Amino acid sequence: MKPAAFDYFAPKSIDEALALLAQHGYDAKPLAGGQSLVPTMNFRLAQPAVLVDLNGINELFFIRENSAGLRIGAMTRQRTVERSPLVQRRAPLIHETMPHIAHPQIRNRGTFGGSLAHADPASELPVLAITLNARMRVQSSRGERWVNASDFYLDLFATDLQPDELLVEIDIPDLPARTGWAFDEVSRRHGDYAMAGAAATVTLAVDGTVAAARLVYLSVGDFPTEAFLAETALIGERPTSAALAAAAEIAATQDISPGGDIHASAAYRRHLAKVLAARVLARAVDRAVERSAERGSA
Amino acid sequence: MNHPITLTVNATEYTGTVEARLLLSDFLRHDLDLTGTHVGCEHGVCGACTVLLDGAPVRSCLVFAVQANGRQVTTVEGLSTGPRPEQMHPLQTGFWEAHGLQCGYCTPGILMSIVPFLEENPEPSEAEIREALSGNLCRCTGYQKIVEAVQMGARLLRESRV
Ligand SMILES: Cc1cc2nc3c(=O)[nH]c(=O)nc-3n(C[C@H](O)[C@H](O)[C@H](O)COP(=O)(O)OP(=O)(O)OC[C@H]3O[C@@H](n4cnc5c(N)ncnc54)[C@H](O)[C@@H]3O)c2cc1C
Ligand code: FES
Ligand code: FES
Repeated sequence: MKPAAFDYFAPKSIDEALALLAQHGYDAKPLAGGQSLVPTMNFRLAQPAVLVDLNGINELFFIRENSAGLRIGAMTRQRTVERSPLVQRRAPLIHETMPHIAHPQIRNRGTFGGSLAHADPASELPVLAITLNARMRVQSSRGERWVNASDFYLDLFATDLQPDELLVEIDIPDLPARTGWAFDEVSRRHGDYAMAGAAATVTLAVDGTVAAARLVYLSVGDFPTEAFLAETALIGERPTSAALAAAAEIAATQDISPGGDIHASAAYRRHLAKVLAARVLARAVDRAVERSAERGSA
Repeated sequence: MNHPITLTVNATEYTGTVEARLLLSDFLRHDLDLTGTHVGCEHGVCGACTVLLDGAPVRSCLVFAVQANGRQVTTVEGLSTGPRPEQMHPLQTGFWEAHGLQCGYCTPGILMSIVPFLEENPEPSEAEIREALSGNLCRCTGYQKIVEAVQMGARLLRESRV
């Protein structure tokens, strides 16, 4: 099918784009990589009257580091993030996850910010943003604000963004010392949306017990789902395989209530959630141990 | 609302006027008559419409023609140097010789995905080839012959460059 007619604008600056969004309000949609928006327009599930194309706004394409972490411009292509040595060094969890997002042909166009703004419950980047305590810089002609990733996702395909607002930049703080990370997912074919996926970080105390843990799922609810009870159960524990298995059990049975669909039944999603939690927690612990040794911290 | 655009397709410059909603895939096929670019699903899943945009493979069904203004597009028609079999790109020769296609619907998209892949990775393993093919659906071959065709194409391409 073909998209319905729309008015098209290609602003060259953020200010110009914000003025267009302010003017057209609910009728307008920003166009980033188009890898989610254009399919829905081709099916006429979305029929925006106005598209504000962000692809010509050079100031939205960047990856920068500072003393506290990384800043990534919303329009940075997913493929650029995947191949950035800076991201590999400062945000290894993101580096490890990028190849799981669709295919290279999609990542060549799809953007970092577009995926975060789209809020597909099966997408990887919103889960990483929460796991890594990322913050979203949001602008409109009314001003700017920062939103924590954990407050950004409100519902199925729904974020805290207002119709006149743009996500312009994402702040990704460095992992704390003695912290390991891991991501894994299960999909039917490589590049397909996952039936379930999980990201984890684990921080070890000097005595080797768990000081902090994060475990966040994709595809088991309407938006990224953090396994708070499992995280709490790990605090203060030695990260033995029995402790990790117990946490994985809690995550899969108490923290999530997945639905079933043609891709996977609810019971199968719970099964995947348990297996994935055990895997990512174990890898995160291994890396935390390595990183503690590397730093030579006592 | 119509928009004037100028873009380069297979080293030829085209100027035209397009409606904003016109997909690049339809612009190539209907306005330029370059029907080698195939359209299977129009939602980014099948890969039949893959073309190079400034050298990088993308789905032409998910780009508006107006967005290609000022850019370089390469389609499957741009791979060969002429109409004779010996003027084909080495990857095309690989598909010909190793029977990498049956109906051929998926082939242009696969060629446009694999040509840039081989530029970066001239001697890929079978696993790497399968991974590189994962964004293109073929309903005929079962992929085995496609993998063999890519292997042969990669070899021919390396030989053409020594
Ligand atoms: C075949 C296929 C497979 C895919 N598989 C996966 C997968 O496995 N995992 C995955 O995560 N994704 C997958 N995707 C989606 C892909 O990652 C998209 O690129 C991404 O979800 C949207 O990013 P985009 O830049 O293309 O945004 P667009 O499609 O341009 O926009 C998406 C939405 O976000 C809004 N938006 C975009 N940017 C901004 C901004 N800066 N500020 C405010 N609003 C904004 C748009 O208005 C629109 O509503 C797949 C896509 C395809 C076609
Ligand atoms: S027609 Fe473009 S991906 Fe199927
Ligand atoms: S040869 Fe028929 S779809 Fe691939």
